[in-house]
Amino acid sequence: MTSTGRARPSGRVGGTRLAVLLGAIALSVVPMFAEVDFTGTWSKKSQNDNGNAREQVDFLGMPLSADGRAKALSYNIASLSATERQCQMYPPFYAFVGPFSLQITSELDPITQKLVAWKIAGWIDRDVTTIYMDGRPRPSEYAPHSHGGFTLGQWEGDALTAVTTHFKLGDMKRHRAFSSDRATLTYRFYRHGDLLSLTGILEDPVYLAEPYVLTEMFKLDPTANLLPLTACEPIEELPSLHENPGLVPHYLPGKNPFVNEAVGHYNIPLEAVLGGPETMYPEYRKKLKDAYVMPPPCKEGCGGPPAPPAGRGAPPAPPAGRGAAPR
Amino acid sequence: MNRVIAILAALAACAVVRLDAQRGANPGGPPIDLTGYWVSIVTQDWRWRMVTPAKGDYLGIPINADAKKVADAWDPAKDEAAGEQCKSYGAPALMSVPGRLHITWQDNRTLKIDTDAGTQTRVVHIGEYQAPAGTARSWQGVSLGQWQTPRGNVPTQLRPAPRSAGAEPPAGPRGGSLKVVTTNLRAGYLRKNGVPYSANAVLTEYWDIYTRPNGEEWLTITTQVDDPQYLREPRLIAIPFKKEPNGAKWDPTPCSARW
Repeated sequence: MTSTGRARPSGRVGGTRLAVLLGAIALSVVPMFAEVDFTGTWSKKSQNDNGNAREQVDFLGMPLSADGRAKALSYNIASLSATERQCQMYPPFYAFVGPFSLQITSELDPITQKLVAWKIAGWIDRDVTTIYMDGRPRPSEYAPHSHGGFTLGQWEGDALTAVTTHFKLGDMKRHRAFSSDRATLTYRFYRHGDLLSLTGILEDPVYLAEPYVLTEMFKLDPTANLLPLTACEPIEELPSLHENPGLVPHYLPGKNPFVNEAVGHYNIPLEAVLGGPETMYPEYRKKLKDAYVMPPPCKEGCGGPPAPPAGRGAPPAPPAGRGAAPR
Repeated sequence: MNRVIAILAALAACAVVRLDAQRGANPGGPPIDLTGYWVSIVTQDWRWRMVTPAKGDYLGIPINADAKKVADAWDPAKDEAAGEQCKSYGAPALMSVPGRLHITWQDNRTLKIDTDAGTQTRVVHIGEYQAPAGTARSWQGVSLGQWQTPRGNVPTQLRPAPRSAGAEPPAGPRGGSLKVVTTNLRAGYLRKNGVPYSANAVLTEYWDIYTRPNGEEWLTITTQVDDPQYLREPRLIAIPFKKEPNGAKWDPTPCSARW
């Protein structure tokens, strides 16, 4: 009976009550997704040294294996001038060690409007990362590897976990050390308001002895500078490579001329500069304590506030050229 | 009719129970378990964290001219003489100091974070808390915590598209994070070599946990330091820790102004 007292045909549930009940059920049984939206342009904050090393041999804190260290020490940056290597792009880990912002978009299923993938746009020399959210199967172990690799994502509450495989050999510290084509990168995305906190766990059975974990911070910024992925055109850059196209610039074992550069700048023992898993744990400081002497005050590459503009306090110079007031 | 209503009501009740189960066993309690021993993984900023960097090396910290003056005047002997060896172990810097955390519940609304480096203790008051009037400024300040749990009502475009009608539904919401805001600080150093933060700095952190399929647990502390007195823009870093099975490597060491 309703409050109006009107009789209802026997055996039928009141339409409103039924709708409410069905609605309650429908709402309740929808899986409790908790996702957040990552779309937008995220400006990189770069307040760490992920990509800031000045010295060619600086593997501080990198859990390199012996092979990883040997590979890194053999690297000569002139090898990038070899035509077949000029378009060797950066692997997905470059999101952590490169200088650029992230542009993230989503790809929706045209029928259901549900999320098929997140896409992190490519940069000049880093491929697009597509994070498939639809649970598609991962390619065979023997499938071809690309610069961007293959990535599957999964929500865990408000965090997004994405795992990338099938990417090519590439930098894990800019022009200093390398991951192999058997590496796996696990991303963890946390969004907190306008901040995006990204944790990356790079594992590589060839060149790493333990996972290499880096973090990076990004801030939502519609005005961030983006450098789109562009075509790469290899050209001959070095006469020596023209004369001997088979040459691959490199350093033989024990012959890297830059091996002591960071030691000289920071007084840090060579053993630490060359990395290794033990160097990233706090107890390693005990080994350093007696060996380390603080270097003299920093004179170059020290950071700090920007220099004040010339003529501080002076009125701005009048505009020159077209539209300028006559003098 | 009543039978139909009863069935529908039972279905709805079951669904609600299922949702509570998805939220976790203790809907009103912490959504993540931060307790235990955690070790710093120093893969970033190594030369500024593992050793005391050169005086005047401020790279990476967005300091202003006033901060530069303070940093350029850094004198660890003076700090020692003043009994201020802990200036680089204040809350805005402490999580970056290489070491281990031991996180426990002091009571059911207070999380305690001990560090072996510098033997410091941070206390996070979860929920409503008002520091007593006249609370003195300290290296660790007053920290207020708030659990942030996943929301339930999510637009279609953020729900993963299933590959097929028979696909397993994705896991329900898990996790969450702890937001911690710390104020009432005593002025200290963001870096051992005297790069300063002021007493008016505000530290905002988000503590997030990731449990990997292999059982490893990782903690990321997303950190923002706002300090208009000494910073041109907020200091933004995220610091990774890995969980350890016990305190076997716990190694308390006192504050040091030089090392």
